[in-house]
Amino acid sequence: MEKRLFDTAVQQLKYEVIKELIRAYDKGLDNSIFHDIPIKIMPGPQASLRCCVYKERAILQERLKLAMGGNIDNPNVVEVIDIACDECPVDGLFVTPACRGCISHRCAEVCPKGAISIKDKRCVVDKEKCIECGKCTQACPYNAIILQKRPCVLSCKANAIKVNADKKAVIDNSKCVGCGACVYQCPFGAIQDKSYILDVLEMIKNSENNTKYKVYAIIAPSIVAQFNYARIEQVITGMKLLGFDQVLETALGADLTLNEEADELKEHGVLTTSCCPSFVKYVQINFPDLAKHISSTPSPMAMAGRLIKAMDPTAKVVFVGPCSSKKFEFKLETVKDYVDCVLSFEELQAFLDARDIDVSTLDDTYLDNASYYGRIFARSGGITEGVTALAEERGFEARPVAMSGLDECRKQLALLKAKRSPFNFFEGMACDGGCVNGALCLHHAPKSLTDVNKYGDMAKEKKVDNSVKLYKMALRAKAAAEQSDGGQND
Amino acid sequence: MVLSVCVGSSCHLKGSYDVIESFKKLIEKHGVADKIELRACFCLGRCSDGVAVKADKEYILNVNGSNAEQKFVDEILPLLG
Repeated sequence: MEKRLFDTAVQQLKYEVIKELIRAYDKGLDNSIFHDIPIKIMPGPQASLRCCVYKERAILQERLKLAMGGNIDNPNVVEVIDIACDECPVDGLFVTPACRGCISHRCAEVCPKGAISIKDKRCVVDKEKCIECGKCTQACPYNAIILQKRPCVLSCKANAIKVNADKKAVIDNSKCVGCGACVYQCPFGAIQDKSYILDVLEMIKNSENNTKYKVYAIIAPSIVAQFNYARIEQVITGMKLLGFDQVLETALGADLTLNEEADELKEHGVLTTSCCPSFVKYVQINFPDLAKHISSTPSPMAMAGRLIKAMDPTAKVVFVGPCSSKKFEFKLETVKDYVDCVLSFEELQAFLDARDIDVSTLDDTYLDNASYYGRIFARSGGITEGVTALAEERGFEARPVAMSGLDECRKQLALLKAKRSPFNFFEGMACDGGCVNGALCLHHAPKSLTDVNKYGDMAKEKKVDNSVKLYKMALRAKAAAEQSDGGQND
Repeated sequence: MVLSVCVGSSCHLKGSYDVIESFKKLIEKHGVADKIELRACFCLGRCSDGVAVKADKEYILNVNGSNAEQKFVDEILPLLG
Protein backbone atom coordinates (compact mmCIF):
# COMPACT_ATOMS: atom_id res chain seq x y z
CA MET A 1 0.00 0.00 0.00
CA GLU A 2 1.63 3.24 -1.06
CA LYS A 3 -0.13 5.63 1.33
CA ARG A 4 -0.04 4.66 4.95
CA LEU A 5 -3.44 5.42 6.38
CA PHE A 6 -3.30 4.15 9.94
CA ASP A 7 -1.03 3.98 12.97
CA THR A 8 -1.46 0.26 13.48
CA ALA A 9 -2.21 -2.96 11.63
CA VAL A 10 -5.14 -3.51 14.01
CA GLN A 11 -6.86 -0.42 12.64
CA GLN A 12 -6.08 -1.66 9.15
CA LEU A 13 -7.84 -4.97 9.83
CA LYS A 14 -10.96 -3.29 11.16
CA TYR A 15 -10.91 -1.01 8.13
CA GLU A 16 -10.57 -3.92 5.68
CA VAL A 17 -13.59 -5.61 7.22
CA ILE A 18 -15.76 -2.49 7.04
CA LYS A 19 -14.62 -1.78 3.49
CA GLU A 20 -15.54 -5.29 2.35
CA LEU A 21 -18.86 -5.06 4.19
CA ILE A 22 -19.74 -1.88 2.29
CA ARG A 23 -18.76 -3.51 -1.01
CA ALA A 24 -20.93 -6.50 -0.16
CA TYR A 25 -23.80 -4.17 0.75
CA ASP A 26 -23.54 -2.52 -2.64
CA LYS A 27 -23.92 -5.92 -4.29
CA GLY A 28 -26.76 -7.01 -1.99
CA LEU A 29 -26.06 -8.47 1.43
CA ASP A 30 -26.56 -12.13 2.28
CA ASN A 31 -25.14 -14.62 4.77
CA SER A 32 -22.29 -15.61 2.46
CA ILE A 33 -20.34 -12.59 3.68
CA PHE A 34 -19.44 -14.42 6.90
CA HIS A 35 -17.69 -17.03 4.77
CA ASP A 36 -16.36 -14.87 1.96
CA ILE A 37 -15.05 -11.71 3.64
CA PRO A 38 -12.66 -13.43 6.09
CA ILE A 39 -11.22 -15.54 3.25
CA LYS A 40 -10.81 -12.49 1.07
CA ILE A 41 -8.86 -10.65 3.78
CA MET A 42 -6.90 -13.71 4.97
CA PRO A 43 -6.50 -15.89 1.89
CA GLY A 44 -3.92 -18.16 3.57
CA PRO A 45 -2.70 -20.84 3.48
CA GLN A 46 -0.07 -19.45 5.85
CA ALA A 47 -1.21 -17.61 8.95
CA SER A 48 0.37 -14.19 9.18
CA LEU A 49 -0.87 -12.97 12.58
CA ARG A 50 -2.10 -15.87 14.71
CA CYS A 51 -1.56 -19.59 15.21
CA CYS A 52 -3.45 -20.59 12.07
CA VAL A 53 -5.44 -19.02 9.29
CA TYR A 54 -8.67 -20.52 10.65
CA LYS A 55 -8.36 -18.64 13.88
CA GLU A 56 -7.56 -15.46 11.98
CA ARG A 57 -10.71 -15.92 9.93
CA ALA A 58 -12.82 -16.73 12.97
CA ILE A 59 -11.69 -13.45 14.52
CA LEU A 60 -12.49 -11.61 11.30
CA GLN A 61 -16.01 -13.01 11.52
CA GLU A 62 -16.30 -11.46 14.96
CA ARG A 63 -14.99 -8.16 13.59
CA LEU A 64 -17.60 -8.39 10.88
CA LYS A 65 -20.36 -8.85 13.45
CA LEU A 66 -19.15 -5.71 15.21
CA ALA A 67 -19.00 -3.89 11.88
CA MET A 68 -22.67 -4.78 11.49
CA GLY A 69 -23.63 -3.30 14.84
CA GLY A 70 -22.40 -5.98 17.26
CA ASN A 71 -24.35 -7.60 20.05
CA ILE A 72 -27.64 -5.72 20.33
CA ASP A 73 -28.15 -7.01 23.87
CA ASN A 74 -24.99 -5.25 24.99
CA PRO A 75 -25.62 -1.51 25.27
CA ASN A 76 -21.89 -0.72 25.31
CA VAL A 77 -20.35 0.68 22.12
CA VAL A 78 -17.15 -1.28 22.65
CA GLU A 79 -16.97 -5.04 23.01
CA VAL A 80 -14.30 -7.61 23.75
CA ILE A 81 -13.74 -10.20 21.03
CA ASP A 82 -13.06 -13.14 23.36
CA ILE A 83 -11.20 -15.31 20.90
CA ALA A 84 -8.96 -12.42 19.89
CA CYS A 85 -7.92 -11.69 23.48
CA ASP A 86 -4.45 -13.20 23.76
CA GLU A 87 -4.67 -13.62 27.53
CA CYS A 88 -1.70 -11.33 28.16
CA PRO A 89 0.33 -12.32 31.20
CA VAL A 90 -1.07 -10.58 34.25
CA ASP A 91 1.80 -11.21 36.60
CA GLY A 92 1.98 -7.71 37.99
CA LEU A 93 5.32 -7.05 39.62
CA PHE A 94 8.18 -8.98 38.08
CA VAL A 95 11.82 -9.08 39.12
CA THR A 96 14.05 -9.38 36.07
CA PRO A 97 17.52 -10.96 35.94
CA ALA A 98 18.89 -7.42 36.08
CA CYS A 99 18.51 -7.63 39.88
CA ARG A 100 22.07 -7.68 41.17
CA GLY A 101 21.27 -8.64 44.73
CA CYS A 102 22.72 -5.38 45.98
CA ILE A 103 23.06 -4.60 49.64
CA SER A 104 21.18 -1.31 49.92
CA HIS A 105 17.78 -2.89 49.15
CA ARG A 106 16.07 0.35 48.26
CA CYS A 107 13.23 -1.73 46.86
CA ALA A 108 12.46 -3.29 50.21
CA GLU A 109 12.94 0.01 52.05
CA VAL A 110 10.43 1.84 49.90
CA CYS A 111 7.74 -0.86 49.86
CA PRO A 112 4.79 0.37 51.96
CA LYS A 113 3.46 -3.15 52.51
CA GLY A 114 6.63 -5.02 53.39
CA ALA A 115 6.10 -7.24 50.38
CA ILE A 116 9.74 -7.38 49.35
CA SER A 117 12.28 -9.61 50.96
CA ILE A 118 15.79 -10.64 49.92
CA LYS A 119 16.39 -14.33 49.44
CA ASP A 120 19.64 -15.78 48.11
CA LYS A 121 20.84 -12.24 47.39
CA ARG A 122 17.86 -11.58 45.16
CA CYS A 123 14.76 -9.51 45.55
CA VAL A 124 11.57 -11.54 45.95
CA VAL A 125 8.06 -10.13 45.86
CA ASP A 126 5.25 -11.57 47.94
CA LYS A 127 2.30 -11.34 45.56
CA GLU A 128 -0.18 -11.67 48.42
CA LYS A 129 1.06 -8.48 50.06
CA CYS A 130 1.99 -6.48 46.91
CA ILE A 131 -0.47 -3.74 45.96
CA GLU A 132 1.30 -2.96 42.67
CA CYS A 133 2.00 0.64 43.64
CA GLY A 134 5.19 0.58 41.59
CA LYS A 135 7.37 2.39 44.14
CA CYS A 136 10.04 -0.34 44.02
CA THR A 137 10.26 -0.05 40.23
CA GLN A 138 11.21 3.60 40.71
CA ALA A 139 13.60 2.92 43.58
CA CYS A 140 15.75 0.21 42.02
CA PRO A 141 18.95 1.75 40.64
CA TYR A 142 19.18 -1.04 38.04
CA ASN A 143 15.57 -0.75 36.83
CA ALA A 144 15.41 -4.44 37.61
CA ILE A 145 11.78 -4.54 38.72
CA ILE A 146 9.00 -4.05 36.21
CA LEU A 147 5.30 -3.69 36.74
CA GLN A 148 3.43 -5.55 34.05
CA LYS A 149 -0.17 -4.70 33.45
CA ARG A 150 -2.30 -5.56 30.50
CA PRO A 151 -2.32 -2.78 27.90
CA CYS A 152 -6.12 -2.70 28.03
CA VAL A 153 -6.19 -2.40 31.82
CA LEU A 154 -3.46 0.22 31.72
CA SER A 155 -5.26 2.24 29.05
CA CYS A 156 -8.57 2.21 30.91
CA LYS A 157 -8.57 5.28 33.16
CA ALA A 158 -12.13 4.53 34.19
CA ASN A 159 -10.97 1.27 35.79
CA ALA A 160 -13.58 -0.71 33.88
CA ILE A 161 -11.51 -3.62 32.56
CA LYS A 162 -11.09 -6.76 34.61
CA VAL A 163 -9.63 -10.15 33.81
CA ASN A 164 -11.86 -13.18 34.26
CA ALA A 165 -11.01 -16.73 35.35
CA ASP A 166 -10.18 -17.66 31.74
CA LYS A 167 -7.71 -14.76 31.66
CA LYS A 168 -9.89 -12.90 29.14
CA ALA A 169 -10.49 -9.17 29.39
CA VAL A 170 -14.00 -8.25 30.53
CA ILE A 171 -15.53 -4.77 30.39
CA ASP A 172 -17.60 -3.67 33.35
CA ASN A 173 -20.40 -1.72 31.69
CA SER A 174 -21.28 0.03 34.92
CA LYS A 175 -17.86 1.71 34.94
CA CYS A 176 -17.02 1.98 31.22
CA VAL A 177 -17.30 5.49 29.79
CA GLY A 178 -16.93 4.38 26.17
CA CYS A 179 -13.85 6.50 25.47
CA GLY A 180 -12.34 3.80 23.25
CA ALA A 181 -8.83 4.01 24.70
CA CYS A 182 -8.69 0.21 25.00
CA VAL A 183 -9.80 -0.17 21.38
CA TYR A 184 -6.77 1.77 20.23
CA GLN A 185 -4.36 0.35 22.81
CA CYS A 186 -5.02 -3.41 22.72
CA PRO A 187 -2.09 -4.78 20.68
CA PHE A 188 -4.17 -7.73 19.50
CA GLY A 189 -7.19 -5.74 18.48
CA ALA A 190 -9.34 -7.73 20.87
CA ILE A 191 -11.54 -4.79 21.82
CA GLN A 192 -13.42 -3.11 19.05
CA ASP A 193 -16.03 -0.41 18.64
CA LYS A 194 -19.36 -1.20 17.05
CA SER A 195 -20.06 0.27 13.65
CA TYR A 196 -23.35 1.70 12.44
CA ILE A 197 -22.21 1.98 8.84
CA LEU A 198 -25.09 -0.21 7.60
CA ASP A 199 -27.60 2.24 9.09
CA VAL A 200 -25.89 5.08 7.25
CA LEU A 201 -25.88 3.13 3.97
CA GLU A 202 -29.61 2.48 4.36
CA MET A 203 -30.28 6.10 5.24
CA ILE A 204 -28.50 7.31 2.13
CA LYS A 205 -30.11 4.70 -0.10
CA ASN A 206 -33.63 5.40 1.15
CA SER A 207 -33.19 9.12 0.60
CA GLU A 208 -33.31 8.33 -3.15
CA ASN A 209 -30.51 10.73 -3.98
CA ASN A 210 -31.55 13.15 -1.28
CA THR A 211 -34.96 13.69 -2.85
CA LYS A 212 -37.13 12.11 -0.15
CA TYR A 213 -35.12 13.80 2.58
CA LYS A 214 -31.63 15.19 2.77
CA VAL A 215 -28.76 13.45 4.52
CA TYR A 216 -26.38 15.91 6.16
CA ALA A 217 -22.96 14.93 7.43
CA ILE A 218 -21.51 16.99 10.25
CA ILE A 219 -17.76 16.75 10.49
CA ALA A 220 -15.87 17.05 13.76
CA PRO A 221 -13.19 19.74 13.70
CA SER A 222 -10.50 17.18 14.48
CA ILE A 223 -10.80 16.11 10.83
CA VAL A 224 -8.18 18.74 10.08
CA ALA A 225 -5.47 16.46 11.45
CA GLN A 226 -6.78 13.49 9.49
CA PHE A 227 -6.65 12.47 5.83
CA ASN A 228 -3.15 13.89 5.55
CA TYR A 229 -2.84 12.78 1.95
CA ALA A 230 -5.48 15.25 0.80
CA ARG A 231 -7.05 18.61 1.60
CA ILE A 232 -10.15 18.68 3.80
CA GLU A 233 -11.98 20.40 0.95
CA GLN A 234 -11.30 17.33 -1.20
CA VAL A 235 -12.56 14.98 1.50
CA ILE A 236 -15.79 17.00 1.57
CA THR A 237 -16.20 16.53 -2.18
CA GLY A 238 -15.62 12.81 -1.67
CA MET A 239 -18.31 12.69 0.99
CA LYS A 240 -20.80 14.28 -1.36
CA LEU A 241 -19.96 11.56 -3.90
CA LEU A 242 -20.80 9.01 -1.21
CA GLY A 243 -24.31 10.42 -1.14
CA PHE A 244 -24.33 13.04 1.59
CA ASP A 245 -26.32 16.02 0.40
CA GLN A 246 -24.29 18.51 2.38
CA VAL A 247 -21.35 18.46 4.71
CA LEU A 248 -21.27 20.98 7.53
CA GLU A 249 -18.96 21.74 10.42
CA THR A 250 -19.85 20.39 13.84
CA ALA A 251 -17.86 23.40 15.00
CA LEU A 252 -20.92 25.46 14.13
CA GLY A 253 -22.63 23.59 16.96
CA ALA A 254 -19.58 24.22 19.13
CA ASP A 255 -20.08 27.98 18.69
CA LEU A 256 -23.61 27.59 20.01
CA THR A 257 -22.54 25.31 22.87
CA LEU A 258 -19.90 27.82 23.89
CA ASN A 259 -22.39 30.67 23.80
CA GLU A 260 -24.81 28.85 26.10
CA GLU A 261 -22.15 27.44 28.41
CA ALA A 262 -20.81 30.93 29.01
CA ASP A 263 -24.30 32.04 30.10
CA GLU A 264 -24.70 28.96 32.26
CA LEU A 265 -21.37 29.59 33.97
CA LYS A 266 -22.42 33.15 34.73
CA GLU A 267 -25.67 31.93 36.22
CA HIS A 268 -24.47 28.90 38.18
CA GLY A 269 -20.98 29.94 39.21
CA VAL A 270 -19.47 26.48 38.74
CA LEU A 271 -19.70 24.42 35.57
CA THR A 272 -18.24 21.28 34.07
CA THR A 273 -18.50 20.92 30.30
CA SER A 274 -20.90 18.65 28.45
CA CYS A 275 -19.08 18.27 25.12
CA CYS A 276 -17.34 14.98 25.79
CA PRO A 277 -19.89 12.26 26.59
CA SER A 278 -17.20 10.06 28.14
CA PHE A 279 -16.25 12.82 30.55
CA VAL A 280 -19.90 13.44 31.43
CA LYS A 281 -20.36 9.74 32.12
CA TYR A 282 -17.15 9.67 34.15
CA VAL A 283 -18.46 12.43 36.40
CA GLN A 284 -21.84 10.74 36.77
CA ILE A 285 -20.28 7.41 37.74
CA ASN A 286 -17.33 8.52 39.84
CA PHE A 287 -18.39 11.90 41.23
CA PRO A 288 -22.18 11.73 41.56
CA ASP A 289 -22.10 14.67 44.02
CA LEU A 290 -20.65 16.87 41.28
CA ALA A 291 -23.14 15.82 38.60
CA LYS A 292 -25.22 18.89 39.45
CA HIS A 293 -22.43 21.02 37.97
CA ILE A 294 -22.51 19.30 34.56
CA SER A 295 -23.61 21.79 31.93
CA SER A 296 -27.09 21.13 30.58
CA THR A 297 -26.10 22.65 27.24
CA PRO A 298 -26.19 20.07 24.44
CA SER A 299 -22.83 19.02 23.01
CA PRO A 300 -21.60 20.57 19.75
CA MET A 301 -22.75 17.45 17.89
CA ALA A 302 -26.26 17.72 19.32
CA MET A 303 -26.35 21.49 18.78
CA ALA A 304 -25.31 21.19 15.14
CA GLY A 305 -27.98 18.55 14.60
CA ARG A 306 -30.56 20.72 16.33
CA LEU A 307 -29.71 23.68 14.11
CA ILE A 308 -29.95 21.61 10.94
CA LYS A 309 -33.27 20.09 11.96
CA ALA A 310 -34.66 23.51 12.80
CA MET A 311 -33.79 24.67 9.29
CA ASP A 312 -34.75 21.43 7.53
CA PRO A 313 -37.19 19.36 9.63
CA THR A 314 -36.96 16.18 7.52
CA ALA A 315 -33.14 16.20 7.53
CA LYS A 316 -31.13 13.17 8.60
CA VAL A 317 -27.90 14.04 10.39
CA VAL A 318 -24.80 11.84 10.51
CA PHE A 319 -21.91 12.89 12.74
CA VAL A 320 -18.45 11.90 11.51
CA GLY A 321 -15.69 12.10 14.07
CA PRO A 322 -12.78 10.62 16.01
CA CYS A 323 -14.83 9.30 18.87
CA SER A 324 -16.39 6.08 20.11
CA SER A 325 -18.42 7.75 22.84
CA LYS A 326 -20.38 9.77 20.29
CA LYS A 327 -21.68 6.36 19.24
CA PHE A 328 -23.62 6.11 22.47
CA GLU A 329 -24.29 9.82 22.83
CA PHE A 330 -26.48 9.97 19.73
CA LYS A 331 -28.78 7.36 21.23
CA LEU A 332 -29.34 9.28 24.47
CA GLU A 333 -32.86 10.50 25.11
CA THR A 334 -31.67 14.12 25.00
CA VAL A 335 -29.81 13.76 21.70
CA LYS A 336 -31.68 11.20 19.60
CA ASP A 337 -33.99 13.78 18.02
CA TYR A 338 -31.06 15.77 16.68
CA VAL A 339 -28.55 13.21 15.41
CA ASP A 340 -29.48 10.06 13.49
CA CYS A 341 -26.19 8.20 13.30
CA VAL A 342 -22.46 8.38 13.98
CA LEU A 343 -19.47 7.28 11.91
CA SER A 344 -15.77 7.37 12.74
CA PHE A 345 -12.98 8.72 10.60
CA GLU A 346 -11.82 5.12 10.18
CA GLU A 347 -15.23 4.20 8.82
CA LEU A 348 -15.28 7.21 6.51
CA GLN A 349 -11.94 6.10 5.05
CA ALA A 350 -13.35 2.60 4.51
CA PHE A 351 -16.49 4.07 2.92
CA LEU A 352 -14.47 6.16 0.46
CA ASP A 353 -12.20 3.25 -0.45
CA ALA A 354 -15.08 0.80 -0.80
CA ARG A 355 -16.49 3.10 -3.47
CA ASP A 356 -13.01 3.59 -5.00
CA ILE A 357 -13.03 7.31 -4.36
CA ASP A 358 -9.52 8.71 -4.14
CA VAL A 359 -10.16 12.09 -2.59
CA SER A 360 -6.70 13.39 -3.45
CA THR A 361 -7.78 13.57 -7.10
CA LEU A 362 -10.97 15.55 -6.45
CA ASP A 363 -11.85 19.24 -6.67
CA ASP A 364 -12.47 21.26 -3.54
CA THR A 365 -15.78 21.84 -1.80
CA TYR A 366 -15.63 24.55 0.81
CA LEU A 367 -16.14 23.84 4.46
CA ASP A 368 -16.47 27.05 6.39
CA ASN A 369 -19.32 27.98 8.66
CA ALA A 370 -18.01 27.99 12.17
CA SER A 371 -15.87 30.41 14.09
CA TYR A 372 -12.29 30.20 15.27
CA TYR A 373 -13.51 29.16 18.73
CA GLY A 374 -15.80 26.44 17.42
CA ARG A 375 -12.96 24.92 15.50
CA ILE A 376 -10.43 24.80 18.32
CA PHE A 377 -12.89 22.73 20.40
CA ALA A 378 -11.00 19.84 18.81
CA ARG A 379 -8.11 20.24 21.19
CA SER A 380 -7.73 20.45 24.92
CA GLY A 381 -7.90 24.08 26.04
CA GLY A 382 -10.14 25.17 23.17
CA ILE A 383 -13.33 25.57 25.19
CA THR A 384 -11.33 27.22 27.95
CA GLU A 385 -10.02 29.80 25.52
CA GLY A 386 -13.49 30.42 24.15
CA VAL A 387 -15.21 30.77 27.51
CA THR A 388 -12.51 33.15 28.75
CA ALA A 389 -13.09 35.41 25.76
CA LEU A 390 -16.88 35.34 26.16
CA ALA A 391 -16.69 35.93 29.91
CA GLU A 392 -14.58 39.00 29.34
CA GLU A 393 -17.05 40.26 26.74
CA ARG A 394 -19.99 39.64 29.05
CA GLY A 395 -18.31 41.08 32.10
CA PHE A 396 -17.87 38.22 34.52
CA GLU A 397 -14.96 36.18 35.70
CA ALA A 398 -14.15 32.75 34.36
CA ARG A 399 -11.43 30.75 36.07
CA PRO A 400 -11.18 27.84 33.71
CA VAL A 401 -9.05 24.72 33.79
CA ALA A 402 -8.53 22.44 30.82
CA MET A 403 -8.45 18.82 31.94
CA SER A 404 -6.94 16.61 29.30
CA GLY A 405 -7.39 12.88 29.81
CA LEU A 406 -9.39 11.16 32.55
CA ASP A 407 -6.46 11.05 34.99
CA GLU A 408 -6.28 14.81 35.04
CA CYS A 409 -10.07 15.05 35.21
CA ARG A 410 -10.06 12.86 38.30
CA LYS A 411 -7.45 15.03 40.06
CA GLN A 412 -9.27 18.29 39.43
CA LEU A 413 -12.69 16.86 40.23
CA ALA A 414 -11.38 15.52 43.53
CA LEU A 415 -10.25 19.04 44.44
CA LEU A 416 -13.62 20.44 43.43
CA LYS A 417 -15.36 17.81 45.52
CA ALA A 418 -13.19 18.74 48.50
CA LYS A 419 -14.08 22.42 47.88
CA ARG A 420 -10.42 23.21 47.39
CA SER A 421 -10.42 24.04 43.71
CA PRO A 422 -9.40 27.53 42.62
CA PHE A 423 -11.35 27.07 39.35
CA ASN A 424 -14.98 27.56 38.40
CA PHE A 425 -15.05 26.22 34.85
CA PHE A 426 -13.91 22.65 34.18
CA GLU A 427 -13.27 21.64 30.60
CA GLY A 428 -13.18 17.85 30.59
CA MET A 429 -11.98 15.64 27.79
CA ALA A 430 -11.49 11.90 28.14
CA CYS A 431 -8.77 11.64 25.52
CA ASP A 432 -5.30 13.02 26.21
CA GLY A 433 -4.95 16.24 24.25
CA GLY A 434 -8.64 16.33 23.37
CA CYS A 435 -10.69 15.06 20.44
CA VAL A 436 -7.78 15.43 18.07
CA ASN A 437 -6.36 12.34 19.76
CA GLY A 438 -9.68 10.51 19.74
CA ALA A 439 -9.56 6.73 19.77
CA LEU A 440 -11.00 6.37 16.28
CA CYS A 441 -8.70 8.81 14.53
CA LEU A 442 -6.83 7.40 11.55
CA HIS A 443 -3.57 8.56 13.05
CA HIS A 444 -2.35 10.24 16.20
CA ALA A 445 0.58 12.63 16.27
CA PRO A 446 1.75 15.75 18.09
CA LYS A 447 1.44 17.64 14.79
CA SER A 448 -2.32 17.28 15.07
CA LEU A 449 -2.42 20.11 17.59
CA THR A 450 -0.78 22.63 15.30
CA ASP A 451 -3.14 21.49 12.55
CA VAL A 452 -6.12 22.37 14.74
CA ASN A 453 -4.75 25.80 15.55
CA LYS A 454 -4.10 26.55 11.88
CA TYR A 455 -7.60 25.40 11.00
CA GLY A 456 -9.01 27.68 13.67
CA ASP A 457 -7.09 30.63 12.31
CA MET A 458 -8.45 29.96 8.82
CA ALA A 459 -12.08 30.41 9.89
CA LYS A 460 -13.78 33.42 8.32
CA GLU A 461 -15.64 34.11 11.55
CA LYS A 462 -13.44 35.14 14.44
CA LYS A 463 -16.31 35.27 16.94
CA VAL A 464 -19.33 33.11 17.67
CA ASP A 465 -21.85 35.93 17.08
CA ASN A 466 -22.92 35.05 13.56
CA SER A 467 -23.41 31.38 14.41
CA VAL A 468 -25.60 32.43 17.32
CA LYS A 469 -27.63 34.79 15.12
CA LEU A 470 -28.13 32.01 12.61
CA TYR A 471 -29.35 29.68 15.33
CA LYS A 472 -31.83 32.21 16.68
CA MET A 473 -33.14 32.85 13.19
CA ALA A 474 -33.56 29.12 12.60
CA LEU A 475 -35.45 28.65 15.86
CA ARG A 476 -37.74 31.59 15.07
CA ALA A 477 -38.46 30.17 11.62
CA LYS A 478 -39.17 26.77 13.12
CA ALA A 479 -41.54 28.23 15.70
CA ALA A 480 -43.32 30.22 12.99
CA ALA A 481 -43.66 27.15 10.79
CA GLU A 482 -45.08 25.10 13.65
CA GLN A 483 -47.53 27.82 14.52
CA SER A 484 -48.86 28.08 10.97
CA ASP A 485 -49.04 24.28 10.68
CA GLY A 486 -51.02 24.00 13.87
CA GLY A 487 -53.20 27.01 13.02
CA GLN A 488 -54.58 27.28 9.55
CA ASN A 489 -52.79 24.55 7.68
CA ASP A 490 -51.48 26.94 5.09
CA MET B 1 -43.08 35.33 0.94
CA VAL B 2 -40.27 33.29 2.44
CA LEU B 3 -36.92 34.83 1.60
CA SER B 4 -34.11 32.34 2.22
CA VAL B 5 -30.48 33.36 2.24
CA CYS B 6 -27.99 30.57 1.73
CA VAL B 7 -25.48 30.20 4.56
CA GLY B 8 -23.73 27.16 3.08
CA SER B 9 -19.94 27.27 3.21
CA SER B 10 -19.42 28.82 -0.18
CA CYS B 11 -22.01 31.58 0.27
CA HIS B 12 -20.87 32.11 3.84
CA LEU B 13 -17.38 32.87 2.57
CA LYS B 14 -18.90 35.33 0.11
CA GLY B 15 -20.72 37.16 2.88
CA SER B 16 -24.11 35.61 3.67
CA TYR B 17 -24.35 37.44 6.96
CA ASP B 18 -23.85 40.83 5.27
CA VAL B 19 -26.73 39.98 2.96
CA ILE B 20 -28.94 38.92 5.86
CA GLU B 21 -28.20 42.13 7.75
CA SER B 22 -28.92 44.23 4.65
CA PHE B 23 -32.19 42.44 3.98
CA LYS B 24 -33.27 42.91 7.59
CA LYS B 25 -32.83 46.67 7.25
CA LEU B 26 -34.45 46.76 3.81
CA ILE B 27 -37.51 44.86 4.99
CA GLU B 28 -37.85 47.43 7.74
CA LYS B 29 -37.21 50.37 5.44
CA HIS B 30 -39.79 49.28 2.86
CA GLY B 31 -42.33 48.35 5.51
CA VAL B 32 -42.83 44.80 4.27
CA ALA B 33 -42.15 42.96 7.51
CA ASP B 34 -45.62 41.41 7.40
CA LYS B 35 -45.10 40.16 3.86
CA ILE B 36 -41.56 38.81 3.92
CA GLU B 37 -40.25 36.22 6.29
CA LEU B 38 -36.46 36.23 6.27
CA ARG B 39 -34.78 32.86 6.79
CA ALA B 40 -31.40 31.25 6.44
CA CYS B 41 -30.92 27.93 4.73
CA PHE B 42 -28.08 25.59 3.92
CA CYS B 43 -26.73 25.03 0.43
CA LEU B 44 -29.14 25.85 -2.41
CA GLY B 45 -26.86 24.13 -4.90
CA ARG B 46 -25.90 27.38 -6.66
CA CYS B 47 -22.48 27.74 -5.10
CA SER B 48 -20.81 29.35 -8.11
CA ASP B 49 -23.43 32.14 -8.19
CA GLY B 50 -23.39 32.99 -4.49
CA VAL B 51 -24.57 34.51 -2.37
CA ALA B 52 -27.68 32.62 -3.46
CA VAL B 53 -31.09 33.75 -2.29
CA LYS B 54 -34.46 32.11 -2.84
CA ALA B 55 -37.71 34.07 -2.80
CA ASP B 56 -40.36 31.36 -2.54
CA LYS B 57 -39.39 29.45 -5.71
CA GLU B 58 -37.41 32.14 -7.54
CA TYR B 59 -33.62 32.24 -7.34
CA ILE B 60 -31.88 35.56 -6.96
CA LEU B 61 -28.17 35.09 -7.48
CA ASN B 62 -24.85 36.88 -7.03
CA VAL B 63 -26.14 38.94 -4.14
CA ASN B 64 -23.65 40.67 -1.86
CA GLY B 65 -23.62 43.31 0.84
CA SER B 66 -23.23 46.20 -1.61
CA ASN B 67 -25.79 45.20 -4.26
CA ALA B 68 -28.35 43.88 -1.79
CA GLU B 69 -30.53 47.01 -1.96
CA GLN B 70 -30.61 47.05 -5.76
CA LYS B 71 -31.42 43.30 -5.90
CA PHE B 72 -34.09 43.78 -3.25
CA VAL B 73 -35.81 46.65 -5.04
CA ASP B 74 -35.43 45.29 -8.60
CA GLU B 75 -35.96 41.57 -8.10
CA ILE B 76 -37.56 40.84 -4.77
CA LEU B 77 -40.13 43.59 -4.18
CA PRO B 78 -41.81 43.04 -7.59
CA LEU B 79 -42.41 39.40 -6.63
CA LEU B 80 -44.68 40.56 -3.83
CA GLY B 81 -47.15 41.61 -6.55
